[in-house]
Amino acid sequence: MHITQILFWSLSILALLSAILVVVSKNPVHSVLWLILVFFAISGHYILLNAQFLAIVNLIVYAGAIMVLFLFVFMLMNLNADTEPQKNKWLKIAGVIAGGSLLLVMVAALKNADMKNQLAEMNTGSIGLIHNLGMVLFTDYVIPFEISSVLFLSAMVGVVVIGKKD
Amino acid sequence: MPINYYIFLSIALFCIGVAGVLTRRNAIIIFMCIELMLNAVNLLLVAFSKMHQHALAVTNPNAGIDGQLFVFFIMVVAAAEVSVGLAIIVMMYRNTHSIDVNFLNRLKH
Repeated sequence: MHITQILFWSLSILALLSAILVVVSKNPVHSVLWLILVFFAISGHYILLNAQFLAIVNLIVYAGAIMVLFLFVFMLMNLNADTEPQKNKWLKIAGVIAGGSLLLVMVAALKNADMKNQLAEMNTGSIGLIHNLGMVLFTDYVIPFEISSVLFLSAMVGVVVIGKKD
Repeated sequence: MPINYYIFLSIALFCIGVAGVLTRRNAIIIFMCIELMLNAVNLLLVAFSKMHQHALAVTNPNAGIDGQLFVFFIMVVAAAEVSVGLAIIVMMYRNTHSIDVNFLNRLKH
């Protein structure tokens, strides 16, 4: 087994186990910490696919900024395992069955698709490097980039307006 | 790696997120499950962006770069969405002292 295959399988198992633990853990702070682990595993996948810029941005933006925001909110609210309202047991079972049926349908639809020869190239290619991404971002995608800056400005104003005590 | 391994991994992560949204009542955990679903889609987009690269690289060295830029824009929009959503949840907590989503059904009447 090649080293990239070993890394692929271990990162996949890590991501799936931590994702399940995000859903099942009772303490919300533990859920946030498991979700950070999922993001680390997905960043590892990006590095295996040679998308280095996205790996770093995923770590900085998701694991660094967004998850810290979640942790701040949890700690401000002082929530713990016994304050969370529990759903009815049957509703929980129904939710798990619904998610499992979606998984079953999608896997059954794609199981026999002829994709054996379509390889995702690993450890090669230069499109994920910051130079090429930056060149395309500031030439072809400059209008969406500027629009996203307006989106951020409006989100910032909206958060201040919503969060203000009146 | 064959692309279908990435497809099945992303489907599994997405379905775990769906099951989390359907089973939990804590509003912030539901939010985190939505982030999990967004990340499953991001992983699949990056895997697809590296799929046809070998054949297309002769004519266009930047083939597939659009997929990675889409992922970048998804991350940008997700960051804005999380800040607004958490502000709304904090306001809801301030008014009701709970982040149970079932409290929000009073919007009906």
